[in-house]
Amino acid sequence: MNLRKFFLIAFKDLRLIFRDPAGLVFMLLAPFALTLGMGALTGRFSGSTQLGISQIPVAIVNQDSGELGQALEDVFTSKELSELIAAQILVDPAEARALVDQDKLAAAIVVPDGFSASIFTPESGGDVVAVEFYENPTRPTSTGIARSILESFLKQVEVGRVSGTLIIKQLLASGAIQAQQAAALGAEVGWEVVGSNSDSASILITSNTVEGSGAKFDILAYLAPGMAMLFLMYTVTFGGASLLVESRAGTLARMLISPTNPGFVLGGKGFGIFLTAAAQLIILIGGTSLLFRLSWGDGLAVALLILAAAFGASGWGILMASVLKTPGQVAVTGSAIALLFGILGGSFFDMSLLPEWVRTVGKISPNSWAIEGFRILSMGGRLSAIQPHITALIIMGALLYALGTILLSRRGLVRK
Amino acid sequence: MSAVLEVHNLVKKYGGKSAVDDISFDIQEGEIFSLLGPNGAGKTTTISILSTLFAPTEGDASIFGFSVTKNPMEVKRLIGVVPQEIALYDDMTALENLNFWGEMYGLSGSALKTRVKELLEQIGLADRAKERIKTYSGGMKRRVNIAVGLLNKPRLLFMDEPTVGIDPQSRRAILDSVKSLNDAGMTILYTTHYMEEAQELSDRVGIIDHGKLIALGTQSELTAQVGEMDTLILHLGENEDPEHLAQGLKTLSGVLQADPSDHSVALVTPSAEELLAQVVSRANELGIKIHSVDIREPNLEAVFLHLTGRALRD
Ligand SMILES: Nc1ncnc2c1ncn2[C@@H]1O[C@H](COP(=O)(O)OP(=O)(O)OP(=O)(O)O)[C@@H](O)[C@H]1O
Ligand SMILES: [Mg+2]
Repeated sequence: MNLRKFFLIAFKDLRLIFRDPAGLVFMLLAPFALTLGMGALTGRFSGSTQLGISQIPVAIVNQDSGELGQALEDVFTSKELSELIAAQILVDPAEARALVDQDKLAAAIVVPDGFSASIFTPESGGDVVAVEFYENPTRPTSTGIARSILESFLKQVEVGRVSGTLIIKQLLASGAIQAQQAAALGAEVGWEVVGSNSDSASILITSNTVEGSGAKFDILAYLAPGMAMLFLMYTVTFGGASLLVESRAGTLARMLISPTNPGFVLGGKGFGIFLTAAAQLIILIGGTSLLFRLSWGDGLAVALLILAAAFGASGWGILMASVLKTPGQVAVTGSAIALLFGILGGSFFDMSLLPEWVRTVGKISPNSWAIEGFRILSMGGRLSAIQPHITALIIMGALLYALGTILLSRRGLVRK
Repeated sequence: MSAVLEVHNLVKKYGGKSAVDDISFDIQEGEIFSLLGPNGAGKTTTISILSTLFAPTEGDASIFGFSVTKNPMEVKRLIGVVPQEIALYDDMTALENLNFWGEMYGLSGSALKTRVKELLEQIGLADRAKERIKTYSGGMKRRVNIAVGLLNKPRLLFMDEPTVGIDPQSRRAILDSVKSLNDAGMTILYTTHYMEEAQELSDRVGIIDHGKLIALGTQSELTAQVGEMDTLILHLGENEDPEHLAQGLKTLSGVLQADPSDHSVALVTPSAEELLAQVVSRANELGIKIHSVDIREPNLEAVFLHLTGRALRD
């Protein structure tokens, strides 16, 4: 009986927020519009690859004496990519890795000797030599972009290796070859991507076309999680405020004097905030995939990340409601927090551009974890790759809900 | 008759201040009992404690034998509450509100549907049930607010100032519905700061002021307290000093009590008419202008005035 009322209260809140025009604008319209606007500004629709981030520092160590090593080098240093990638050519792999470790580079790509040979002469029976992708874990987005370029290259090489051009086309058309597969494989083997032959011109970033593989870099897929998380914080603020609004309007008191366990009343309100937050993310993510044909990546992983992100964020809503006194205070504080988290958590610009300490502080925001998680997924990463993100968000939510509940029950849900 | 509600020495303190100060009374089955008192008297606080919203600082009350502090869940199931504030969701329709609150009171399925339909007809809003509450007039909102309190067919209903801020017509309708609910067997605890409402509705009245129950009884018992006294209210101009006039009038024979308040002085006297001429001439001597004069026969207002020295509403 009580459980039923728990859901009743939560779904009532969900229903109410969808009836509030201001709420809808903030929840759905604004993030859509901003994503689109920023997408237009940064060129998804004009076809250029100018990005919110640029000049990703990458080192190429080419020890291969064949054509493929050179082709890879050419891709990364090409004029087309010059705004996105700042590639430097190094000789010593150890030096390159050290620069990554010192956070001077986003990634180092090492093409070992014999790479071309292993691909051009498969008859010889030897294993394909692997290209090493040494990544900087503190810059997931930048490394993700570099990685997806490398992957496109390697994929072409691989496809060219196993078949003639005609067959490649057939395979692509039938969907048998998908970039996610290669990328996901890469994720599992720690990005030591096995690769193999091709011409470099066709593997330049083609992200500005919607068609094609999900592993390609898409500016909207890059921006959308940031905007979604920014406005998610407004939604949970709204949710937190609704608790205080109900407290003032007397509807909370009315629930409490009905034959309902007070814990279920509070729980229902808390679940309502979560539900609203999850609904917002689902609509934004579903909407952008349909409208802009944006690929968010592995469905199950995206779904789990949505729930975790909604949970982590709504914890902040509950906490605000438990600490602050009036809906107005919650609205003001929540907006400030949403902006702050947006900045610290990478909603506006890439975290890797921020100083180390800011990145560390930014970890308290659900934004940082969720945005990184969504970007990893949209670039083809699998569930296993975002486990830390999901875990962090769930812990965040659990702690905040617990704290909020304790504070609220201490203070009392209504004026006593 | 048996008591359905017994209140024992209820106290509610905020900081050092008592909002409810040692109140005791009981309500008999089938009765309409009014708590009459001015703003801030402690009516809502009392109702909140009785409806188990929060615990008293001291004391207890039992409802149908269940303690409000020890068995709140049993109490909640048996009572209906109409809060002073309109506690509804503005962005939901009347129908949706009633459905929601009905489920909160454990109704579901066809029982809920039937009850909601019944109530919508009873409050005369069946044809507008699918409009949002925010489009309703104050009086319509009040009616829905009352209907929610009736969803679980309570045997004991608390109504906290259910007529505040509405037009006379709606007020009339609500007072009539209170009576017909009572005729159908419902026991009602009604709070108000309108003397007329208490007078019209109640079997017994408790007068509450500053958290204290200062009088309790049937209306005739209460008016007997003021005896056959009249109340004479002298309204003064803006710049006049009521304090000064009250002092001046106290010495007149026939004045039992003279209480100054904002721009008026209230006199208690065995005969207002006999006193009037003397009052006017004394005021002249003091150089104070009297604007107008009210004479009140014994009523609950006079009782309140007699007991507190203040008028009920100001
Ligand atoms: N939460 C609270 N904290 C402090 N004081 C309070 C609180 N709630 C009520 N009071 C005080 O207790 C007193 C009684 O308030 P209450 O609301 O019970 O009066 P009331 O008779 O219902 O008045 P009204 O006719 O205005 O509704 C008032 O002085 C009020 O200011
Ligand atoms: Mg009140």
